[in-house]
Amino acid sequence: MSDALLEVRDLSKSFGALVVADAVSLSLRPGARHALIGPNGAGKTTLVNLITGTVEPSAGVILLDGHDITHWPQARRVKRGLARTFQINTLFRGLSVLENVCMAVSERRSLSARLWRRADARGDVIAEAMALLESVKLDEDAQRQVRELPYGRQRLVELAIALGLHPKVLLLDEPAAGVPSTESHVLLEAVEALSESIAVLMIEHDMDIVFRFAQRITVLVSGAILTEGTPAEVGADPRVREVYLGENAELRGGSR
Amino acid sequence: MEQPAYQNPLRTGAIRPAELLPWLAAGSGFFLFPDYLQLGAQILIMVLFAMSLDMILGYAGIVSLGHAALFGTGAYTAGILSAHVGWSEPLSGLVIAGLVAGVVGFVCGAVILYTRGLTLLMLTLAVTILLQELANEQEHWTGGDDGLQGVVMEPLFGVFEFDLYGQTAYLYALAVLFVMFLAARAIVNSSFGQSLRGIRENERRMHAIGCPVYRQMLRAYTIAAVMAGVAGALLAQTTEFVALDVLSFERSGDVMIMLILGGTGRLYGAFIGAPLYMILQDQLAKLSPEYWLFGIGALLVATILYAPEGMLGLTERLRAWATREDS
Ligand SMILES: Nc1ncnc2c1ncn2[C@@H]1O[C@H](COP(=O)(O)OP(=O)(O)O)[C@@H](O)[C@H]1O
Ligand SMILES: [Mg+2]
Repeated sequence: MSDALLEVRDLSKSFGALVVADAVSLSLRPGARHALIGPNGAGKTTLVNLITGTVEPSAGVILLDGHDITHWPQARRVKRGLARTFQINTLFRGLSVLENVCMAVSERRSLSARLWRRADARGDVIAEAMALLESVKLDEDAQRQVRELPYGRQRLVELAIALGLHPKVLLLDEPAAGVPSTESHVLLEAVEALSESIAVLMIEHDMDIVFRFAQRITVLVSGAILTEGTPAEVGADPRVREVYLGENAELRGGSR
Repeated sequence: MEQPAYQNPLRTGAIRPAELLPWLAAGSGFFLFPDYLQLGAQILIMVLFAMSLDMILGYAGIVSLGHAALFGTGAYTAGILSAHVGWSEPLSGLVIAGLVAGVVGFVCGAVILYTRGLTLLMLTLAVTILLQELANEQEHWTGGDDGLQGVVMEPLFGVFEFDLYGQTAYLYALAVLFVMFLAARAIVNSSFGQSLRGIRENERRMHAIGCPVYRQMLRAYTIAAVMAGVAGALLAQTTEFVALDVLSFERSGDVMIMLILGGTGRLYGAFIGAPLYMILQDQLAKLSPEYWLFGIGALLVATILYAPEGMLGLTERLRAWATREDS
């Protein structure tokens, strides 16, 4: 398992009496396309928060590219190649779409401590950000303020910002939630176009997307892993069907 | 360097013609109002002070009610240098005062920037109160309640005496403001300034893209402290006096009102708000010494309700509206 890009071992976390992560273990190799599914409140977002360092685990170890990052500050993990998107848009709403992506690109290039040179004169940063926006079909909206975009298109900005960080491990928290199904293909194509060298973990409710995207699926229920396997194995698992039986509408509807 | 294919028309760092206006106004003020140059110098000083607040409030989103702590530190440093140390050369005194305020800002910022919201607000307030109490206690150094007497300034560059009419004071303050403004303008338009905007807009996302948020905020706070300190030092040098009120809560409040009136996050808001506030104060106080604060309060309420982005935001909106009507 030492060739894993991201490895999570026995990660646990409780909020008071509520156990949201119960000895979760997970491993992503380079090229992994891994889906994380489970009912609402299962602890999927919390797992992303634990891995990225916004929530401190009660127990367990997180390894990124062989480094024990369990107690690293968030920024340091990002510099090491760990990027995420948010289930609910977390954007610079008062800035333009282009500025949103430039923010990520210049942070990755460690320019944000530069006090004197004009940011809008950095043609290389702007060109890179524009290329990213083209890849998610947002180039036409580059100059618009984020808050002027429909929610579904804002979701694409979420993704573009994360891609601007050149991650080795990319954690996508319900990227298609709130995206009209007519537009979700743009998102999926951008994810599918990602390099084979990076590992992607996607939380997703829409089973069509999950089965199109994933090589492996982990099912999380009440903070614990119910099962992990190929899409065929997980799809055939009676326990998974049982968990989802009463939740089918939500499963399909992709609600938050 | 290749020319970027895309620029943001709203936030470009290119110089716009309208930017010359405040400088033309300040320059012509010297000739138009020769009897008001002392007041004019104080206005310019408050512009600088408000601009330094804009760095942290308007750009980084740090709401401070204790910005006078840094202003006062600069003022007392410059004053004590002259009155007690005998160091009365203005320019070097200004630099030293700015550096001392920067160090104080760095140390205070290092503590308070661990907090947010109301806690941060209260801590900035507490620091000012502590410093004011300290200045009040240390009468030997500060003159306490009576203010610091005995500040004298050598001629600027050894040539220009600080005259009674305030001509030297005005031009000195204007030149220092201009230099500070150029620095501030470069900083807010840099990648660093852009990163501060990001922190104001969405701190969570800044963490998530790997930004060392605390470090960036501390940098901004320290830079603003230097600028505030320079403003305070200018006041001490041009009036040759330092009163306890440089460290007062009222001064922190005044400068915030000035900035809100003018508009935050624009750098130029200070250039509108400070003169507006101080001229209004001057005129209203003549009109009705008891009720002038009422007038300021009413203006503030109107601004917050109807022009939340200040006078500058209002003109921007009017201009956008007018051009839309045209086309
Ligand atoms: N910061 C927090 N404090 C307390 N409870 C939380 C916190 N974050 C999440 N929870 C709770 O943890 C559970 C799991 O939440 P979450 O990880 O968002 O689930 P999912 O993403 O799978 O829907 C929920 O019951 C939620 O209310
Ligand atoms: Mg969730």
